[in-house]
Amino acid sequence: MDARTAGPGAGTRRAAALAAGLLCAAALALVALAPTPAGAQVEGAAVYDRWCAGCHGVDGDGQGPAAGRMLPRPRDFTVGLYQIRSTGTGELPTDEDILRVIDEGMPGTAMPGWSEVLTRAERNALVEYLKTFSRFFASSPEPEPLDFPRAPGSSEEKLVRGREVFELIECNRCHGPAGRGDGTSSPTLENDEGHPTVAADLTEGWMFNGGGTVEDIYRRLRTGLDGTPMPSFSDLVDAEVISSEDLWSLAHYVRSLSPGERPPVREVVTARFAEEGPVPTTPDDDAWDEVERYWVPMVGQILLPPRWFNPRVDGLWVQALHDGQELAVLVTWSDPSRSPDPAWDEWATKVMEVMDHPDAGSTAGAGPGDRLTVQFPATATEGMERPFFLQGDARRPAYLWTWRSWQAGPVEAEARGLGAEQPQPADGQDVTTAAVWEAGQWRVLFSRSLTTEGEDDPPFAVGTAIPMAFQAWDGDNGEQGAQGSVSTWYFLSLQQPTPMAAYVAPVVALALAFGLLLLMVRRAQRREEGAQAPASRV
Amino acid sequence: MFAKPTTGLALLLATFLAAGCGGGGDAGGGPGAAAGDDEPMTSSVDASTAGNVSGTVSFTGTPPAPEPIDMTEEQVCAEQYSSRPTTQTVVVGDGGGLANVFVHVREGLSGHTFPTPSAAVLDQEGCRYHPHVLGLQTGQTMTIRNSDGVLHNINASPSENRPFNVSQPVEMDTERSFPVEEVMIPLRCDVHGWMAAYVGVLPHPYHSVTATDGSFSLETLPPGDYVVEAWHERYGVQTQNVTVTTGGTAEITFEFNEAMAGNPVPLAEPWVLTHQGEPGHAVGADRP
Repeated sequence: MDARTAGPGAGTRRAAALAAGLLCAAALALVALAPTPAGAQVEGAAVYDRWCAGCHGVDGDGQGPAAGRMLPRPRDFTVGLYQIRSTGTGELPTDEDILRVIDEGMPGTAMPGWSEVLTRAERNALVEYLKTFSRFFASSPEPEPLDFPRAPGSSEEKLVRGREVFELIECNRCHGPAGRGDGTSSPTLENDEGHPTVAADLTEGWMFNGGGTVEDIYRRLRTGLDGTPMPSFSDLVDAEVISSEDLWSLAHYVRSLSPGERPPVREVVTARFAEEGPVPTTPDDDAWDEVERYWVPMVGQILLPPRWFNPRVDGLWVQALHDGQELAVLVTWSDPSRSPDPAWDEWATKVMEVMDHPDAGSTAGAGPGDRLTVQFPATATEGMERPFFLQGDARRPAYLWTWRSWQAGPVEAEARGLGAEQPQPADGQDVTTAAVWEAGQWRVLFSRSLTTEGEDDPPFAVGTAIPMAFQAWDGDNGEQGAQGSVSTWYFLSLQQPTPMAAYVAPVVALALAFGLLLLMVRRAQRREEGAQAPASRV
Repeated sequence: MFAKPTTGLALLLATFLAAGCGGGGDAGGGPGAAAGDDEPMTSSVDASTAGNVSGTVSFTGTPPAPEPIDMTEEQVCAEQYSSRPTTQTVVVGDGGGLANVFVHVREGLSGHTFPTPSAAVLDQEGCRYHPHVLGLQTGQTMTIRNSDGVLHNINASPSENRPFNVSQPVEMDTERSFPVEEVMIPLRCDVHGWMAAYVGVLPHPYHSVTATDGSFSLETLPPGDYVVEAWHERYGVQTQNVTVTTGGTAEITFEFNEAMAGNPVPLAEPWVLTHQGEPGHAVGADRP
């Protein structure tokens, strides 16, 4: 899906880059000869028709053949409305603004970045062509970007003030108290097209449309995201309700809610050996603060019908610990509702009304609740051999741990294909779960003994890497059955406890070395004393 | 991808031109710049020869029950109502008058000029807009007021004009205007999903919003033939032809009923007539 990951294209891209470089030189020499800018529109049209029309439509109205399954829908260029701008609310974007979205894409939507697929010249031509779809560009003066001072540095005081401004101008009404998109107005948000739209999860700054730097955030506070519920706050500064510095403090605060950069995806999740004692039994135990967390990106399940193109959960934070007896896996993710929540009753129905031709058997409304499944191979695997990542198949079954917000257990099950899961008998359930939902976030803890008496429970052997994958459902988003988000396979590696010898040996070695050193010094001193005495007699 | 270097070359040429020649030019006033501010125009209408149009819009049959609004999430607003507040979509008075109908002269005013009136206020009070339907002249300032002191955002989605979406977290005023004629522009508040208002923008002052008794009046019109249109958010538009004579008041009436609800006129396409009141022989063929 992501055009950037196409392996064989790399060579083509290098060739294209080289060709573009050569052409640049030639074009510089010839540019004076070019008759009219109309040529840009012709070429832009070719690029557009090839790469963009599938979603945005040949007429630029956002009604391409693939558009019907996308939420948000592809941009309708005919109305001249752009979310990501450096200009005031209601104004047209600059060429640079449009180019930025083409280059970077819109994270969290179907719009990929094109900077590594199309040449700069092609992207520039696209900018010119996109503007021809709306009459506003021809009839309006050249858009002027708002003039901002450079970002002031951050400080503790500014973050505190930023939090105050967050509450003063009520960002929490949509974005929620902790910024995870769980505000009271969130369930009713719609964009200009009347489609349900989500308030951004401010704890995932790397997903921000239009960039995640402090400057990017400040700019969007000033410009708003036209066509969406996100307003401009420039009028507040003009009316001196808040100052520009306040808005910068807010931008710093929002920035501070996310990690410094996009979390790396690491294939091996290490379950550290808890030397300090038994593993925590609750998701709120402070001990988890000290445990490494791993980011696991999630995508909609679009392999098997009924497919799901509008997943809520875009990633999980996974932490794991073991104490030699018990394994504890803590999974944390943003979910704006504790499903089933009556405030979100209509959300899923509205989502499904927007979807064109959903697969047979698709969800029609809210699911029973939220759900998380951790899966492992049911039988020992060798090397890179793993079951099919969607709950295994007839040949290689998967062993599942499932937590549900609407019912307790059964947690353990075996599956031979998506939806074909068989819970283990009640007296064979060896996994316990503990869950907390708070301020738009689920924290769910799974615990099991490394070895159990259950015949169908694969053992977790210390020192081995066990394949592990995840699936998540947000019931209020209509997710249930095959329609949820999925991850690929990762490995869970149970760290070896450090043997006692590892602590003793260095101490002994150090003591021995020190003793030896003392001995040698002593000897040397004696020898010196011996050597000096006769000399004095001479 | 680059099998045709000539194509790429032309593309580059064009791009250079496009990038290099596009600069300059000041943006001028922002979206809120009122066109009429600097040029105090006088009306070309001679009041001594003018006449009026007045009348009522009525609702026939049983009106739908008022739609209640659940304001529990905003106690500051909920507390302002002794009984449960309702939407302002269909408001029918005791005498059968239909309120919140935007009645305006659609045709017959070509060639006239009008001064820009002073600001009109759109107030947010009790988490509803007052008025629910507002008429403006092009370039006329709209003062958007937050009297509630709770967070509102004003999200305007016009088709002919540029949109805006501004935040008002405290009691304050914000000014905006629309330079282009447009009937109607929807406004919404995303914080309170039930809040909706409609703004009609015309190049002249002959517009009126019906009160709960359904009455309206268009005053000081130059003598002549007009097409008057009545717009309702749920029941669409109707037109009437009317002749205005010096010193006279032409009476017209419009009737709406629930059967018209199935086919509301799309916003920004007000000139397509769908209900009774055929356009017939349009007098004053030019749109104002």
